[in-house]
Amino acid sequence: MARRAVSDQPVLDEPMSTVAETQIKLTPEHDARRGPSVRSRLQDLLPKIVLAPSFAATIVFVYGFILWTIYLSFTNSKTFPSYAITGPRAYQRLWGWTFDTDPPSSWYTSITNMGIFGFLYIAICLMLGLFLAILLDQKIRGEGVLRPIYLYPMALSFIVTGVAWKWFLDPGLGLEQTLHQWGWTSFHFDWIKNKDFVIYTVVIAGVWQASGFIMAMFLAGLRGIDGEIMKAAQIDGASTFQLYRRIVIPLLRPVFLSAFIVLAHLAIKSYDLVVALTSGGPGGSAWLPSNFMYEFTFKRNEMAVGSASAVIMLMTITAIIVPYLYSELREKSR
Amino acid sequence: MSAVTSPARQASSGVRSRTFNRIVIYGLLALFAIFYLMPLFVMLVTSFKTMEEIQNGNMLSLPHEPTFAPWIKAWSEVCSGLTCVGMKGYFWNSIKMVVPAVLISTLLGALNGYVLTKWRFRGHTLVFAMMLFACFIPFQSVLLPMATILGSLGRFGVTLQNATGFNFGLGNSTVNLVFVHVVYGLGFTTLFFRNYYEAFPTELVKAAQVDGASFFQIFRRIMLPNSLPIIVVTVIYQFTNIWNDFLFASAYAGSGDVMPMTVALNNVVNTSTGVVEYNVNMAAAMIAALPTLIVYVVAGRYFVRGLMAGAVKG
Amino acid sequence: MLRKLIIGTALATSFAFSAHAADVKEVQMLHWWTSGGEAAALNVLKQDLAKEGYAWKDVPVAGGGGDAAMTALKAMVAAGNYPTASQMLGYTVLDYAAAGVMGDLTETAKKEGWDKSVPAALQKFSVYDGKWVAAPVNVHSVNWLWINKAVMDKIGGTEPKTFDDFVALLDKAKAAGVIPLALGGQNWQEATMFDSVVLSTGGPEFYKKAMNDLDDASLKSDTMKKSFDNLAKLVTYVDPNFSGRDWNLATAMVIKGDALVQVMGDWAKGEFHAAKKTPGTDFLCYRFPGTDGSVIYNSDMFGMFNVPDDRKAAQVALATATLSKSFQSAFNVVKGSVPARTDVPDTDFDACGKKGIADLKKANEGGTLFGSLAQGYGAPPAVANAYKDVVSKFVHGQIKTSDEAVTELVKAIDDAK
Repeated sequence: MARRAVSDQPVLDEPMSTVAETQIKLTPEHDARRGPSVRSRLQDLLPKIVLAPSFAATIVFVYGFILWTIYLSFTNSKTFPSYAITGPRAYQRLWGWTFDTDPPSSWYTSITNMGIFGFLYIAICLMLGLFLAILLDQKIRGEGVLRPIYLYPMALSFIVTGVAWKWFLDPGLGLEQTLHQWGWTSFHFDWIKNKDFVIYTVVIAGVWQASGFIMAMFLAGLRGIDGEIMKAAQIDGASTFQLYRRIVIPLLRPVFLSAFIVLAHLAIKSYDLVVALTSGGPGGSAWLPSNFMYEFTFKRNEMAVGSASAVIMLMTITAIIVPYLYSELREKSR
Repeated sequence: MSAVTSPARQASSGVRSRTFNRIVIYGLLALFAIFYLMPLFVMLVTSFKTMEEIQNGNMLSLPHEPTFAPWIKAWSEVCSGLTCVGMKGYFWNSIKMVVPAVLISTLLGALNGYVLTKWRFRGHTLVFAMMLFACFIPFQSVLLPMATILGSLGRFGVTLQNATGFNFGLGNSTVNLVFVHVVYGLGFTTLFFRNYYEAFPTELVKAAQVDGASFFQIFRRIMLPNSLPIIVVTVIYQFTNIWNDFLFASAYAGSGDVMPMTVALNNVVNTSTGVVEYNVNMAAAMIAALPTLIVYVVAGRYFVRGLMAGAVKG
Repeated sequence: MLRKLIIGTALATSFAFSAHAADVKEVQMLHWWTSGGEAAALNVLKQDLAKEGYAWKDVPVAGGGGDAAMTALKAMVAAGNYPTASQMLGYTVLDYAAAGVMGDLTETAKKEGWDKSVPAALQKFSVYDGKWVAAPVNVHSVNWLWINKAVMDKIGGTEPKTFDDFVALLDKAKAAGVIPLALGGQNWQEATMFDSVVLSTGGPEFYKKAMNDLDDASLKSDTMKKSFDNLAKLVTYVDPNFSGRDWNLATAMVIKGDALVQVMGDWAKGEFHAAKKTPGTDFLCYRFPGTDGSVIYNSDMFGMFNVPDDRKAAQVALATATLSKSFQSAFNVVKGSVPARTDVPDTDFDACGKKGIADLKKANEGGTLFGSLAQGYGAPPAVANAYKDVVSKFVHGQIKTSDEAVTELVKAIDDAK
């Protein structure tokens, strides 16, 4: 009975609906007669206390380190961090390299590859993942077998994926050679040795690895949709296509957000995949910004340039993610 | 997309078009299955061949004289640096690091998601967005500053131990790795749970509160039991990422006896000299991937539908 | 600043210990020698130390010619956990020494006479500010040709003395249907080959000016342009599938007889050994035509860190064992390189090894011992990697003419200096 005294009578902002948002506000005002007790204060604070360690860790270990990286990009750091600010020379060098297109500078190659790879990787994984999830959701027999088949590539580390596909795509050792031996001698697939096409092989290997997991995410999302809604819509006469387009996919918007974030994270992390699959590509033509950053920070002992490139990468991601997040999250908090 | 059927339409569709739809669906699924399986097939088949067969034969052909020798070598004889105990020596190192990290980060993510959706406060969206950013930080940027902090924590731990006689585990490489992976996994786990709980009917929570349940009771009795699909997704994701991480593992736990599996695998596969033993490498790679695969298969059983159906009507 | 704080704390903590801790009889060694032959060679050291009662704590991190290992090392140093020693390349040693984290082995050096036995060019990297901070383990040289003898006999070839001879030899191989030149299309391999081409085209003085002193005039000169022309010529003898190939797979082509020759450092000899081939019977080792008398070198060194006092005895034991004549002989016989001391008897070495030792001595005395730019001993890594980029782009066609290559090279090196 003492619990009733606690001031967390929920306040309804809007009428109930099966999937609509309902805010629960914790308002001490309701306890005006008794005045807020220590216990009620604690209860109010409890959620925030629970969230606090994670938030604090993020502030220190993410934002703190980002600030450290930004700081370093304005110094003259070479092999080790040096803390004397020297100016934006690292950015000036990167800026100059952005316009070195013939022959392409490593930085230019990295950012154009990031555009190609990032776009294709994310778009194809999302579409393929959604497609497979919808297919699997059709009461398929053998779903228990197919799901791990689509999912397992994610279990392999980038290094292993790269090595396996490198072999597979090598004209002399892999698919081309096999098909030649089997009689199909006009088959050619030497993208991996071609400086203009090698980045697409990275896309292929990357999509192979991640799309199964995206499928799993969408499948979980589909499974979380209340079957009643779907039935109601069908009773109303919606065709299957309309059902998916108008109801299911919009309901999956949070999953799109999560999937996008996962894919963006993997795309940023693809350093190992590029190295294992292409050794950097002919003349360094497969470089991604993560390769550039690693190379300059740890191999060329140019930590300032490496930090600057990381900052630019972060800014680019921010520029893409923040508007997306804003539109997604804003709607929810009506 | 128009090929998919739906239960309510059974009566209206002819049997023939339904069969056609089914064939198309199964056909597509099978085609993709081949795409996903092909490299695995190559890896498996290679791991059972002898080196002569690999060098002279065809990548996709089945082994003429299948042999288990590469697997045995990979498990118990292969060398990581100067230590030749095979992959089995490093299994435990990875497990004892991954399991706590996955459990802790998943639990924290669930709690965070719960707070952010069912116990909203002013600025909750901003807090969530800020935490999301942790997903984008490139690990190479945090490697050195984190090393500095871990080193300081380690020395602090030694001081503590001298002062109190208790070993708090600070500076232990397993503890370090668990800490690092939890911190950088929080963004994802919070994201997954928060989005899932967003769609979770708040009426249930409200009803429980009316019944007098506390913060943690609601979490334990209502949220968690109904979160199976997202727990599965989160565990899969975290387990995979942490198990396969190389950068932090090599930097913070690279020492021979404590190194996780990924570092050992890298030492086996990434050798730059000598005859590259593809069969052993493939076997080793698959041994390294085995726990993750097991997690996938086991976790898959929880992809059940209809948990929410009827829950609101009650 | 932060570094000093770390070092200060580490030292303070270690002092707190050294008062009552006994000597830790353990050697912690970071390296990337993880494959069969190299690991076996390093094992000799482990056993030598075991005889003296020291345990070996292995910290192996394979890959990328030491990239992953150096990253791990940076993290370890940032955390204040110094290994006893780490495999390192020249400029890295100097960088760490400048940061103040290296130990001081001058006493041991004096006792063992390293000043006299280690070539001067190596001392440039292992001695900082008058103090010995690293123990060189070996000296590799890169201006070698490795030829399959059976193929050579079949086409009736002889040792090429000039670059034109070499081209003629490659033509013979092409006519006989063999891949003339085995090359792996990775930037370091292409640049390593280019090192030899530059030395051959311009001679020792030119190489030193351009690749070690980074003299602008030399880098812009016609000789450099001709070097690129020569490189382009060589690349026409490579098979179309060369891009991305690992170096040991290229060596395997020569071992098997699919290709005639590979231009590679003498670590390639380790591959021949592993395949049980003997020099003179199965394969031939010649200096790159036009470079006889000079040695373009790189060297693996064990950088010694500033470990706490209770670990110093172990460190001294490690350093002494590393530069002991017996280990130098045993290790380098397996590795394919030559000892880092000039006074090691060459009895156990094969014909190529003996030639290598003699060449090193001659080059050391004659001042024709040059650091390989491609392998990180000619100039700091920023410059070396910029150089490798330009060479690789030239080989793969992103840079189309030798003139353009020269311009890009000068631009890249100036930018990275």
